Amino acid sequence: MTTSAHMTTGAVAAPARARTATAVATVRRRQGFQHGGWFVAPFLALFVLFVIWPLLRGVWLSFTDANISGDGASFVGLDNYREALNDRAMWDALGHSAYFTLLVVPCITVLAFLLAMLAHHIERGKWLWRLCFFVPFLLPSTVAANMFQWLFTQGIGLINETFGLDTPWLTDKSYAMLAIVIETLWWTVGFSFLLYLAALQGIPGHLYEAAKLDGANAWHRMVHITLPMLRNITGLVIALQILASLQLFDQAVVMMDFGPGPEVSTRSFVQYTLEQGFTSYRVGYASAMSIIFFVIIAVVALARMWLLRNREESGR
Amino acid sequence: MTTAVQVRRSPRPRKPWTPGQVVLTLLGVAVSAVFVAPIAAALFTSLKSEAEAAEIPPHWLPKVWTGQAWKALWETGNITDWFINSLVVSVCVTSVVLTVSALAGYGFARTEFRGKSVLMGIVMSGLMISPAVLGVPLFTTVQQMGMVDTHWGMILPQCAPAAMVYILYKFFQGVPRELEEAAFIDGAGRWRVFFTIVVPLARPSLAAVGIFTFIASWNNFLWPYMVTNNPDLMTMPNGIATVMNSYGIQWAQLMAGGLMAGLPLIIVFVFFQRQIVAGVAHTGLAGQ
Repeated sequence: MTTSAHMTTGAVAAPARARTATAVATVRRRQGFQHGGWFVAPFLALFVLFVIWPLLRGVWLSFTDANISGDGASFVGLDNYREALNDRAMWDALGHSAYFTLLVVPCITVLAFLLAMLAHHIERGKWLWRLCFFVPFLLPSTVAANMFQWLFTQGIGLINETFGLDTPWLTDKSYAMLAIVIETLWWTVGFSFLLYLAALQGIPGHLYEAAKLDGANAWHRMVHITLPMLRNITGLVIALQILASLQLFDQAVVMMDFGPGPEVSTRSFVQYTLEQGFTSYRVGYASAMSIIFFVIIAVVALARMWLLRNREESGR
Repeated sequence: MTTAVQVRRSPRPRKPWTPGQVVLTLLGVAVSAVFVAPIAAALFTSLKSEAEAAEIPPHWLPKVWTGQAWKALWETGNITDWFINSLVVSVCVTSVVLTVSALAGYGFARTEFRGKSVLMGIVMSGLMISPAVLGVPLFTTVQQMGMVDTHWGMILPQCAPAAMVYILYKFFQGVPRELEEAAFIDGAGRWRVFFTIVVPLARPSLAAVGIFTFIASWNNFLWPYMVTNNPDLMTMPNGIATVMNSYGIQWAQLMAGGLMAGLPLIIVFVFFQRQIVAGVAHTGLAGQ
């Protein structure tokens, strides 16, 4: 539909363009200069108010001892940063977020790939598999977390009951994070699954047919065609998952009843920051932690860009 | 020509049940059961009495089926307020995001103005910023504007997603310039070209952005949680997680509330599966 529209109008436009190339250049310059800024302005206004200004404000607040009411803040230099770097609880919280990320990212990537392969290769009822694997992603984070909180609760929970266990999932330090990881896998794998499925459907079928003619078996076709063709999407899935997992908050707090988990074993970095800001009213200190977190996220994002560029330069 | 004939001759070739397909289908059924089980369990629990929902040992199906929890939810809770708040917030966020990011994406892709590349760079750096990252300073900013505990305070900070601008920017870059130039020569202005030529072409991308934004906003917990603790203003995920969890959890009601929050999107999904799948995949894949 759209492609044909492109083509017809393009064909009509081509001679017109040749006739009046200079006129077009002038038109383009004048039109652009007159209105370009206006197109971008509404977004920029919101962006400056709710992204740039809070960022700058956060930088400023991080050098002060501001509290939640916002008045009477005085400049304290690098004190907040110095304190943060010596704060055991902050490092623990960062450790929990990092540990969660390390567990979730590889699991989700592999699971999403396997689910996509499954849904792609079953010839019947494709909509049904897509629906089943994706549907948890449509639930609000808190709802999914409540469901699993209930399923994991010792005594009344169906998970122990179904598998004949008596594991204290939510109340023991060694299981609490695992329970959150399992919940997260169930809840978010559908998103990465869809990305893989779209990528699988985008692999041209003639590649497989050619390989078949050359006598490649199913395993060879997967290793030499499917996996290399999915390399980009795997990079994307991993990057998106790292960024999302580092920002762990919703499911952890809901499953642990808004507490820090057994023996403070599941308190994430975001949770600790918000506790400092909203419970201890230490806005200056919380801002310093936010800035530290922003730098960590930025480093991850820039590392990915750097990797992508390197790969492009090395020929693929 | 030949392909068209072939397609017409065999409209839907019946595929045989090979052993491989049987195994894969059974595997698919098993995995699907695992994925659906928690939602089914929540549904069954919502149809138990509160006493039965907390029974030890637990069982999957209610012994006595009752709509008690659902009824109590309607009668006592603020659930209808939360539902309306969720709807208002999500619809507002989605419309504002669609409008401003379509304009901005086009502006960055197709117009020239001073400082464009610098601005684009700044906007791209915004991809890394979220309420999770900048929560406390964002809250004090909104507080300074006097928008804590208001709908606007909930809506506006969700309305500047650099990612959506980037997705539409990529799309608009791919629209052939000849289309617009032909219209310019016919005397149409920038705005007219944008609304009559570019926007209709971008409909699939706009749908993707809209769907993704709506899901994200409907399910958003962290920002509404930070910006309000007034039960009358809460959204579904927020109200369920805070108010319903606060005084002694009533599991049957909690599950009923959770399903009420989750079901609208699930029902919409069943009907618009193709568009939603394309939308989510499209927005995700744009990061490539």
